[in-house]
Amino acid sequence: MNRGLPCVLSAMLVLAACQREERDTRPQSALGSGDQPAAVTALEPGGQRPASSNNKAGVFEANAFHLSEGKRLFNWFNCSGCHANGGGGMGPALMDQKWLYGSSIESIHATIRDGRPNGMPSFRDKIPDDQIWELAAFVRALSGNAPKSAAPSRDDDMMPHPSENRLPDAATLGKSP
Amino acid sequence: MNRLVCSVCCGAACMLLLAGCSGWQSALDPKGPAAGELAWLIWFFTALCTVVWLLVMAVLILPLARRPAPVGDPLVLDAAAERGKMRIVVAALAATALILVGLTLLSYFANRTLAAIGSDAALTIRVTGHQWWWEVRYENDQPNRILTTANEIHIPAGEPVRLVVTSTDVIHSFWVPNLSGKLDLIPGHENVLDLKADKPGVYRGQCAEFCGAQHANMSTFIIAEPRPVFDAWLKDQLRPAAAPVSTEAQTGHDLFLKRPCVMCHKIGGTIAGGTVAPDLTHIASRRTLAAGTLAMSRGNLAAWIADPQGIKPGAHMPVVGLNGDELNAIVAYLEGLK
Repeated sequence: MNRGLPCVLSAMLVLAACQREERDTRPQSALGSGDQPAAVTALEPGGQRPASSNNKAGVFEANAFHLSEGKRLFNWFNCSGCHANGGGGMGPALMDQKWLYGSSIESIHATIRDGRPNGMPSFRDKIPDDQIWELAAFVRALSGNAPKSAAPSRDDDMMPHPSENRLPDAATLGKSP
Repeated sequence: MNRLVCSVCCGAACMLLLAGCSGWQSALDPKGPAAGELAWLIWFFTALCTVVWLLVMAVLILPLARRPAPVGDPLVLDAAAERGKMRIVVAALAATALILVGLTLLSYFANRTLAAIGSDAALTIRVTGHQWWWEVRYENDQPNRILTTANEIHIPAGEPVRLVVTSTDVIHSFWVPNLSGKLDLIPGHENVLDLKADKPGVYRGQCAEFCGAQHANMSTFIIAEPRPVFDAWLKDQLRPAAAPVSTEAQTGHDLFLKRPCVMCHKIGGTIAGGTVAPDLTHIASRRTLAAGTLAMSRGNLAAWIADPQGIKPGAHMPVVGLNGDELNAIVAYLEGLK
């Protein structure tokens, strides 16, 4: 009994590692896109409104499956055409610490869905809402804003930078060591 | 009772095994020179190895059945008997070496025959594996004669065809057992597979290298046709997509270009030019949907677009979120793309 218990416990510990997260390939119902409003700015007249309760942000933000799907879609939808693998070109860089419209996943989702002045097109109706959330989560990972345990750990093709889980952390980005 | 259950199970297992020998997607029912060479090799190896196995078993069982010789002084050797035994061992060794060398030579010459099949192939087809479908491109020196389609490979019967296979994501394997052996599709690398179908027919193939969640639903069809039929098919497929004929189809056409479909799929003759998903220019002329997952029909098209993740979970086709009218219109349009 005394000898068996540690064995059982360690086996349970090892088995626990098999269950990382669920792969939800159909997070949105087949009946329509959950078009939820996202605040574009935090400025409010007369005090702050209560934060919008968008539970999608939490579902997509630190989920390894959605992050890697976002990475695939970033390539498929040719985001690199303007943002050049995150380094920036015609569009702003995505792997530095500068954010023109905020670094929250809701802001990035709003940027992709509704577009921004001076070039960013609106992908509303062109990309299913869940895929926009996946892209937004991945864009955050480019600048070290996703947990290392969830950020994509490999590049499928030749890439100009290391995989996202090895990029600098957001806290140290842009500061000299 | 137990014995009955046992025999029923054995019978069922045997029938299952035997079902594998039937013609649909079977290496034992060759329909081309490459598969014929391989099938002959399989049967010859099996027959020869069976004979050898039976001989070895007989030699092992024989001493058990014989009355044991009386044990004398173990230090006294009968020179003549020892020499006799040695001769048997040497003969068995020589026979083993001879058989192995013989089989190696047979396999070598079979490989030479396989390699020579496509040496004068007039048609080169590029097959690219994706999770979980096949991109098929008919190469041509004139860019406007290059045809891209998906999952179904039409070839002229009786003519050698060269397949250049590669992949964009993970390793897949192309295997149409009735026509040839299998060959891996490797990202960043091109492999060449030559094959020939002796007679017109439809030959099913299947991805033969585990490639992810929907590996089982990644099948392909080689459709061998007489040369004139093939030429007509190729000419037909090179046309841009048919214009919508009804108002519903016209609505579907407009919706297709406005909704997420346009981000990934291509329809020749429209602004839809995505290359990361199957080309839909002539989708209604194909026999199946989603790499052999569903038969082509209006109902299946609608089901697939409405809920791809329910039919093929993990596939890269997302749930798009169309309402009923939009779905019907898009299906009406796609149905007309013959």
